[in-house]
Amino acid sequence: MAIWLTKESKVIVQGITGGEGSKHTRRMLAAGTQVVGGVNPRKAGTKVDFDGTELPVFATVAEAIKETGADVSVIFVPPAFTKAAVLEAIDAEIPLAVVITEGVPVQDSAAFWAYNVAKGEKTRIIGPNCPGIASPGASNAGIIPADITPQGRIGLVSKSGTLTYQLMYELREFGFSTAVGIGGDPIIGTTHIDALRAFQNDPDTDAIVMIGEIGGDAEERAAEFIKANVTKPVVGYIAGFTAPPGKTMGHAGAIISGSAGTADAKKAALEAAGVKVGKTPSETAQLMREVMS
Amino acid sequence: MDLFEYQGRDLFERHGLPVLGGGVAETPQEARAIAERLGGKVVVKAQVKVGGRGKAGGVKLADGADEAEARATDILGMDIKGHTVHKVMLAETADIKEEYYFSYLLDRANRTFLCIASVAGGMEIETVAEEDPDRVAKIAIDASKGVDEAKAREIVTAAKFPADVADQVVNIAVKLWQAFVAEDALLVEVNPLAKVGDGRVLALDAKVTLDENAGFRHPDHEVLEDKSAVDPIEQAAKAKNLNYVKLDGEVGIIGNGAGLVMSTLDVVAYAGERHGNVKPANFLDIGGGASAQVMADGLEIVLGDPAVKSVFVNVFGGITACDAVANGIIQALALLTERGETVNKPLVVRLDGNNAEAGRAILDGANNPLVTRVDTMDGAAERAAELAAAGK
Repeated sequence: MAIWLTKESKVIVQGITGGEGSKHTRRMLAAGTQVVGGVNPRKAGTKVDFDGTELPVFATVAEAIKETGADVSVIFVPPAFTKAAVLEAIDAEIPLAVVITEGVPVQDSAAFWAYNVAKGEKTRIIGPNCPGIASPGASNAGIIPADITPQGRIGLVSKSGTLTYQLMYELREFGFSTAVGIGGDPIIGTTHIDALRAFQNDPDTDAIVMIGEIGGDAEERAAEFIKANVTKPVVGYIAGFTAPPGKTMGHAGAIISGSAGTADAKKAALEAAGVKVGKTPSETAQLMREVMS
Repeated sequence: MDLFEYQGRDLFERHGLPVLGGGVAETPQEARAIAERLGGKVVVKAQVKVGGRGKAGGVKLADGADEAEARATDILGMDIKGHTVHKVMLAETADIKEEYYFSYLLDRANRTFLCIASVAGGMEIETVAEEDPDRVAKIAIDASKGVDEAKAREIVTAAKFPADVADQVVNIAVKLWQAFVAEDALLVEVNPLAKVGDGRVLALDAKVTLDENAGFRHPDHEVLEDKSAVDPIEQAAKAKNLNYVKLDGEVGIIGNGAGLVMSTLDVVAYAGERHGNVKPANFLDIGGGASAQVMADGLEIVLGDPAVKSVFVNVFGGITACDAVANGIIQALALLTERGETVNKPLVVRLDGNNAEAGRAILDGANNPLVTRVDTMDGAAERAAELAAAGK
């Protein structure tokens, strides 16, 4: 088992005919994911061939769900069309929408999140600007490489894609139940706290890696949640200990403003909640090895 | 992207917000012409994107065009907290009776927007919030509903604006929200929002941050970018579409993925503590799916920085295949040499993940004396710091 994405998950791809969408559909299929179709209104009714697997293209998410029983959508459409794609997924009440697209305007993310709340949060949104979610050995919805690590009993939640891969790689001897990349944008759907809660409740996860970065106070809020609700061991890592204030480091959300959002403040908050925090990825992996052995 | 005050003022004016007459000047002569147009007393304000300019002597009153020209001469070229003043804004003066604070901003924790309003304006809102929290109203804005007249009235009531200005502030609150949405802003801040002698409420300052992700629907925002403040290397990197930030150390950094690069900066800084206190020279994220061409562009930028003494290329191949990265490095070095550029800085390369073995074999096979392969992130950072310290 895993959180949110299992062997039984049926995945559709919004933007399946685009460059990124088709490339990653192929990779998801190769990882054993049940990709059951795609959505592109201009190519509805056609089929796309992925090395012998023919996938139908539907006009809308609702139609794709009706025809295939899909319960996960992975969204690869360009930033200008992302808001419309997510609103459509919410309207169709798909249980999980994974928004990979980078460069989505913040007001668009705020708008689709508000819409999701107004609709009773029937859709779990992951992202935008995220690598997606992978349950090794079972299913892969997004762009996380499937072959870094086998299935295991560590859960991982991270703002950063490549740091997720780095930690999965360093801990491949143990394997992972699920890795969730929540993305580094200022407004995101699924938070550290959502993932921590799900891992705490998942009988197949024994310990949790939480990766954060400078900016905002999501890690501080996660620390409070851990203190009150998480009994499984959590190991943390924060990127950006030496980042200078006032500079945005790649992710739109990664900026230290004033005294807020520093890695040291986040580390202190997590440690106060009983989380062991590594200063580097390798030290973090070592802390987790000690937990697991 | 943060705007200068004069750009924010112009943006406010375009959206029908009440502002004072003003203009921007790059020379004392231009300042004089604007002062003549405005007539009477003017205020001359340094245009820098940093707080505390008043205390630093960057804001002066002037009575008439002669004085305006003289004050502009004083202020242009000043250094305020490391920012050189290239422009001054001239504005009409106001007979301020009361000062308020008003802003819309992003509320990350609640995944929506927030209005902060206070009748204690004119000073840092953080200071008011600390000393007098009851006088700072924070009102959540539902992104799907926005700010209509009823919402604006809720804000005005919550912040306890005086009755005699309430209607004006309601009108400003609605218009400011419209500007916030129409321009894809992440922050609009008016401090002070002031009641002046004749009873009008005016926006006397304008702090605006625009969302660069929304640039595709705002072609007019491009001209607002301040080219003068951008580091020349950052400019060159931007022209190549690279995600680059100049820092002040000696170890050039190239990596894939924002988080991994930030982490690389940390690991190099720690290693630097053992090697002459060298630090990272830059942040450069070539992206999760980087090609050989992007690697070549990145290397050209980083090697072109005279402060760089060694380069650390840290790649975890997720989508990116490490053999493509290795080829990119070798090709880039050959390309730069062909062009007659001096390539003599040592490179430390760490490749892991997708096709790492093939990538490492390519590096070994190329046998370039400048390239050292180290297979762990910590080890490679150590080596890069050591080489940078030796080259200082």
